[in-house]
Parts: sequence; structure tokens; C-alpha cells
Amino acid sequence: MSDSDVMSENIIQLENVDKFFGDFQALKNINLSVKKGERIVVCGPSGSGKSTMIRCINRLEEHNAGKIVVNGHELTSDVKDIDAVRSEVGMVFQSFNLFPHLSIVKNLMLAPQLVRKVSKAEARDVAMKYLERVKIPEQADKYPSQLSGGQQQRVAIARALCMNPKVMLFDEPTSALDPEMISEVLDVMTDLAKEGMTMIVVTHEMGFARSVADSVVFMDEGEIVEMNPPQEFFENPKSERTKLFLSQILTH
Amino acid sequence: MSFDIALIIDSIPKMLMGIGLTFQLLFLSLALGTALGVMLLILRISGRWYLSWPTMIYIYIFRGTPILVQIFIIYYGLPQLEFVRDGIFWPILREPFGCAIVALTLNTGAYLSEIFRGGVLGVDRGLKEAGSALGLSVTDRFIYITAPIAIRLCLPAYSNDVVSLMKSTALASTITLLDMMGIARTIVAETYAPYEVFISVMVIYLIITWAIQRTFGWIEKRMSRHVRQ
Ligand SMILES: Nc1ncnc2c1ncn2[C@@H]1O[C@H](COP(=O)(O)OP(=O)(O)OP(=O)(O)O)[C@@H](O)[C@H]1O
Ligand SMILES: [Mg+2]
Repeated sequence: MSDSDVMSENIIQLENVDKFFGDFQALKNINLSVKKGERIVVCGPSGSGKSTMIRCINRLEEHNAGKIVVNGHELTSDVKDIDAVRSEVGMVFQSFNLFPHLSIVKNLMLAPQLVRKVSKAEARDVAMKYLERVKIPEQADKYPSQLSGGQQQRVAIARALCMNPKVMLFDEPTSALDPEMISEVLDVMTDLAKEGMTMIVVTHEMGFARSVADSVVFMDEGEIVEMNPPQEFFENPKSERTKLFLSQILTH
Repeated sequence: MSFDIALIIDSIPKMLMGIGLTFQLLFLSLALGTALGVMLLILRISGRWYLSWPTMIYIYIFRGTPILVQIFIIYYGLPQLEFVRDGIFWPILREPFGCAIVALTLNTGAYLSEIFRGGVLGVDRGLKEAGSALGLSVTDRFIYITAPIAIRLCLPAYSNDVVSLMKSTALASTITLLDMMGIARTIVAETYAPYEVFISVMVIYLIITWAIQRTFGWIEKRMSRHVRQ
């Protein structure tokens, strides 16, 4: 297999990526490649750089060194390119970030209409299709503030899916939710994984990691410390830092 | 002190003849001032120092000096300059009405741009990021996300500014305009009855203020019901 085949197989590739906030180095020499259809779970203590890493993938943060290639495009300061790359990469945030002034269905229609230039009617059809997928079509005409946290997060997932992305990034999608709402969101994500979506999920939901992930990445102090399939990762962690982290979160 | 009710009843209709001019001053300078405020805002947040610095200086001058002084400089000062008399704006600046509109617009534009900036800064950063993550361009993010939310956030401050502007229109009477205040001053000069006349005009201004606040209160309620939790 030639080099270019390896590259084209990887939908996301980070090579020796460094990221600084002022003098503080948030990412240290990160290497990660994600193949089409692969599901990666990222975990690690607070401040370890998990959010920073996935935010670099759609350039909500700009990396300072190394190379990031997403869907064949290298991320540079070329703005036109960035909007195009972002439209192929869905992102779900911890705090949902639904547009409060738009109804649920309009939240879903906005980007397809503006970025993909689809007609209003088509955008609405697509929006309704995804609202049904996340099991809340009846909420279409409500506003975000009228929905529960779990419903809002499912809307946020549907909103990202309306752009028909090649990859989905999730940054702690369930950590702002009340416990009884976590599973409704994880169920939607599990379905998505079963359908073959490429996903990078920052989460501490280890049950989800076990059942869905192809690999679990453990980060600490800006580095990727360990990356293994879940079985191996949980049963046989290599580094002391991973063991310590697992002992802390699994007792919760 | 005797209080001449008949004089009040007599002078209110006369002063109301000036309400049209008061409203012209208010609505014209509000519309122009809003447009100016938006332009100043865009320059101010452009991220380019050669655009934002002059804007900040402009805003500082117009917010930092009395509007009466600004009116006098425009009405009495500018016509002294030959290039103003020869310039394209002379037809406007020759008339007291034009001077009043220019002064009120320049002044309220400065205030409004700061109010708008407050609204824009109040928009949750996560919402702009969500827009970015969906692939929306900078312009689309501003038009469809930042602006609509910012407008709702700054409505209360905006409505206060409309009330201030409405009160400032009374200053136009100092440069010969016969708005409500101008008429009131004329009546006082004829009747020597300042209490009755000024209290009457005060009541009219109060009613207008009340109407402005009610209108904005209604708009706010309608627009903001989902944005503020
Ligand atoms: N905009 C910023 N400016 C300065 N420092 C930042 C910024 N964003 C993140 N950091 C720092 O970078 C480090 C990594 O932050 P990051 O948000 O990626 O951590 P995280 O692993 O996602 O943590 P958490 O689990 O708390 O979300 C932290 O020390 C944080 O303080
Ligand atoms: Mg984080």
C-alpha cells in the first residue's frame, strides 16, 4: 500500500501538533489518525487538553506547530478553506449552544440554507428527518429554552447531522446533563456509531467507551499518554497515570 | 401664587402644534443615528486599529461634551468656515432644522454604537462557535446569529436612549426652531407665566416618554421571550 492510500484512508490526521496559550503549552506533540468509520473516545483529567485537541480539528483553536489534515484539507489560515472544512465536520458542545432566538427546526435549517444553499422546503424536510432520528419531531416549533437539557443536546446533534458531516466531534456532550437525561443522549450517539459515523468523543462515560469505541485515548498534561482498544485500555492500562485516572473515575 | 388653569388649557393646543416638529427631530435623527451607530460599531469591532481608533475618539468627543455645545458649534461655528459654505452640505447646515438633525444624529450615533457594542459583546461566545462549527461565514454569523441576539440584548438600553434623544430635541428651540419647547418659550415670553406653560409642556413630554417606554416594553416582551432565561 502506498503512502497516499494510507493518507486517504485517514479522515483526520494530526502530526506533531503543538498548541500554546501564551507561554502555556496546552498540546504537546500530538499524533493521532482517525480512519473513516472509526470511533475514538478521549478521556483524561480536567485541563489535560482534550477540548483543545478536538477544537483544533475544526480550527476553533489554531495550532502553532505540526500538521492537521481533515478530509484531505490541511488546516491553514486560508479562511475559505476553513469554512468548507468545518461544514464537513459536525461538532457537539457540552453547553449545547443552540441558537436561542430560533425555533428548533430553524436551528436545524440555518446552516444547510446558508452554507449548502438548499431551498427552504428541502432544509425543512432534512431537519424533520433528523429530528425524527433523535426522537423529538414534536418539538420542532418550540424554542431551545423550552426544552430539557437532554432534548437540547439531541437537537444539537441533529443540527450537526443536517450538514451531512463526514466526522462528528463531541466535547463532553453529557457532562452538563442531569443523570436521568444522559442515557437518552448516549443512545442517540450509539445509534450514530452503529450507522458507521466517524466520531471523536471526549467523555468520561466509560460504559459508552467500552461498548462503542474502537480506541480509547488517554490524555494528560497536553500529551497523549496511551491509546488502545477499550478492552486493553481498561483491563491492562500501561502507564501509571492511566491507572491512577481509571481508579479515580471508576470508583465514582 | 395663583395658578392660571385657563392659560394651561389655552397653551396646550398651541404647544401641540409643535409636536410634529418634535417628532420629526426625534424620528429622523433616531433613524440616521441608528444607521450611524451601526457603522461606528462595525468600524469599532473591525479589529483594525486605523478604523477603531478614530471611531473611539469620535465616540469619546460626542459622549464627553454637552449636546448643547455640539448644537451651537454646528449652528454658529460651522457657517464661519468658507469650505462649509461652499460644500455640498451647506443646504442642510444653512437651516436650523438641518443643524439640529445633524447634531442630534452625530450625538445619538455615538451613544448608540456603544449600546450596540454592549449587545454584541453580550452574545455568548459558544453561539458564535456553534455557527463557525457549522461552516457559516463570518458575515453570516454576524447577520444570523450575533446581530439578532445582540439586538434583543440591547433593546432596554436602546429604549432609554430614545427617551434621552426625545428630551434632547427640546434643545433645538435654542436655535430658533419652534418645536414644542420653542412654542412654550414663545408663549412664556408673551404671557410671563413660566410655571403654567413649562409645567404643561412637561406633562406632554412625560406622556411621550410613557408612550415610548410602553412601545419598547411591548417589543421587548415579544422579541426576547426565548432569549433571556
Ligand atoms: N483560551 C484559552 N486561553 C488560555 N488557556 C486556555 C484556553 N483554553 C484552554 N486553556 C488551558 O489549556 C489547558 C487545556 O484546556 P482544555 O480545555 O483543552 O482541557 P480539557 O482537557 O478539555 O479539560 P476539561 O475536562 O476541564 O474540559 C488548560 O490548562 C486550560 O486552562
Ligand atoms: Mg474540555
